[in-house]
Amino acid sequence: MSSDIALQAIDLIKYFPTGSSGILGRPTDLVQAVDGVSFTLPAGKTLGIVGESGCGKSTLARLVTRLIDPSSGSVVLDGVDITTLSGKALREMRRKLQMIFQDPYSSLNPRHSIGQIIGDPMRIQGIVTKGNEKAEVQELMQRVGLNPEHYNRYPHEFSGGQRQRIGIARALSLHPSVIVADEPVSALDVSIQAQILNLLENLQKDLGLSFVFIAHDLSVVRHIADQVAVMYLGKIVEIGDSATVYSNPSHPYTKALLSAVPVANPAMRHSDKRIRLVGDVPSPIDPPSGCRFRTRCWLATDLCAAQEPPLALDESGRAVACHFPLTTAVTIGNGAV
Amino acid sequence: MTQESVLSVQNLSVVFHTPDGDVAAVSNVSFELRSGETLGIVGESGSGKSVTAASLMRLNNSSTATTSGSILISGVDVLTAEESDVRRIRGSEIAMIFQDPLSALNPYYTVGKQIAEAYLVHHPNASKSDARGVTLEMLKKVGIPNPEKRIDEYPHQFSGGMRQRIVIAIALINNPKVLIADEPTTALDVTVQAQILDLMKELQKEFNMAIILITHDLGVIAEAAQEVLVMYGGRIVEQSTVEALFSEPTHPYAWGLLGAVNSLELSGRGALATIPGSPPSLISLPAGCSFNPRCAHSSEICMTDVPALRVVGSQGSVTACHLPNDEIISLGRKAAAR
Repeated sequence: MSSDIALQAIDLIKYFPTGSSGILGRPTDLVQAVDGVSFTLPAGKTLGIVGESGCGKSTLARLVTRLIDPSSGSVVLDGVDITTLSGKALREMRRKLQMIFQDPYSSLNPRHSIGQIIGDPMRIQGIVTKGNEKAEVQELMQRVGLNPEHYNRYPHEFSGGQRQRIGIARALSLHPSVIVADEPVSALDVSIQAQILNLLENLQKDLGLSFVFIAHDLSVVRHIADQVAVMYLGKIVEIGDSATVYSNPSHPYTKALLSAVPVANPAMRHSDKRIRLVGDVPSPIDPPSGCRFRTRCWLATDLCAAQEPPLALDESGRAVACHFPLTTAVTIGNGAV
Repeated sequence: MTQESVLSVQNLSVVFHTPDGDVAAVSNVSFELRSGETLGIVGESGSGKSVTAASLMRLNNSSTATTSGSILISGVDVLTAEESDVRRIRGSEIAMIFQDPLSALNPYYTVGKQIAEAYLVHHPNASKSDARGVTLEMLKKVGIPNPEKRIDEYPHQFSGGMRQRIVIAIALINNPKVLIADEPTTALDVTVQAQILDLMKELQKEFNMAIILITHDLGVIAEAAQEVLVMYGGRIVEQSTVEALFSEPTHPYAWGLLGAVNSLELSGRGALATIPGSPPSLISLPAGCSFNPRCAHSSEICMTDVPALRVVGSQGSVTACHLPNDEIISLGRKAAAR
């Protein structure tokens, strides 16, 4: 296996059973939370995953970290399929793949001191000797911008931004190669968000980390990600270089999503280029036939209802799942869109 | 301007009494609101924006909070009026919508019943069928598809965006002069947020109401507000038109906020502009200007004296900063251009 691939997801599928009928209460429906997602994360890079609530991005995060098992598909880390690991091999894998959570309040044990919270993973994995632990933890605290003297303090004594730094230090404590961050800044104030994003970028530079960065905030992902995947109802509809996808979106959903973001510039207020999607995201229990976005798409035809568009590469190296991608016109060269 | 003033707030201060000490949540906030206008209030958590909004409807618990100053709506001072007068004003003159539409609705009643209830409280002589008719009309206005059927459904049968439309319907059923929207789109996805902001604009035109839009998102402010209050540590630090805020911000805190947002939007992969430190605790606000520990331009006077609000620049912006005017203007333009 080539060493420049940090993490690979291959055709991941996760269906959650739901509903019940009769006395046995057997599940009657399946929530198709993640339905055939593949991506490759190059070492030292950041893959951003964006989408609205219910698109499956958090389920995807839990699948690649193996907090839940997929219905089918595989996750390859360092050349090893981690979906079949157990016992010692699984524990070994956990060391390489760590996670940062959204809520810096509920993800820290209020009864443990910061020293314990950051030191526990090292102790459990046995990668530190008793005498060294405190020094190691304090070095990590320093690295993420916490005062090492606060070693014995408890989570409630810290602000939201500082707690998120504690969560980051904990994730770093095992020297992982890949970090999956699920909405790591969305609970923070804007001025603090910028601090945490800068910290993550510096850590990536210094330690050569690879990130899977999940967020609903498109501007945050735009800033931090090298590649971006746009999800809709459990599927990736567009994936490619951040710069390409943001400057020249190809899937109608990507375009609509980008144009819905309020721009911090009052002069843009009356711009007519806005695309307004009507209605809501359909239920993942009974997704639309064919293309799942067709019920809200202004370009949809009978073809979209009958046939699911495959995720196909275009000339700029990005993959799009659409029968009528917005950028074909550009590649043909008639200047439309 | 021929718009009439519908709300006048003078020297509003709110102090909460807690076991840990007094919390000065809002200090000396004054502003005017005219019909048809949208006033945005921005600030981080703990800046006092939501407490200001709650005070306008006298929702602060009087046993734990001391509220002073005056809030005039249609000639009545909300802070000193009889409870019965305040009850008449709530809903009919001034109404509110909240961040989380699910917890703002009662899960046990149909949405139709909840909207009609708000109407019947202020129209005691109306019949139930009148109320149902008005409710149906309102559901159409807020863009609920198939209202004849959905009027009898329960909140859990609606999506987040549709629930927020229901909450807006309840707020507007009595045609209030002022609508307070406290983070109305924060819990919603971007595509739905855009729908709700559009709807609020449409309804504002139709009802000629004033809106107080509270948000932490400068993008939403740029999209929807005409006037903006920037709050920090319970005080107004800048008051300006939305154009002035984005072209010539006058307070160092506003510069920091704009810097953090702008660098995100433009997405160079360089380091983001940040404001160092974190928002202050309201129990122990820094002496002088409460922004001074995080400010790159602070000097000695900032540690001792609270700066008074004064007009700075050609666009009539009001700011609370000790820096000299010309410095504020040149630094502000730089911050906006970044």
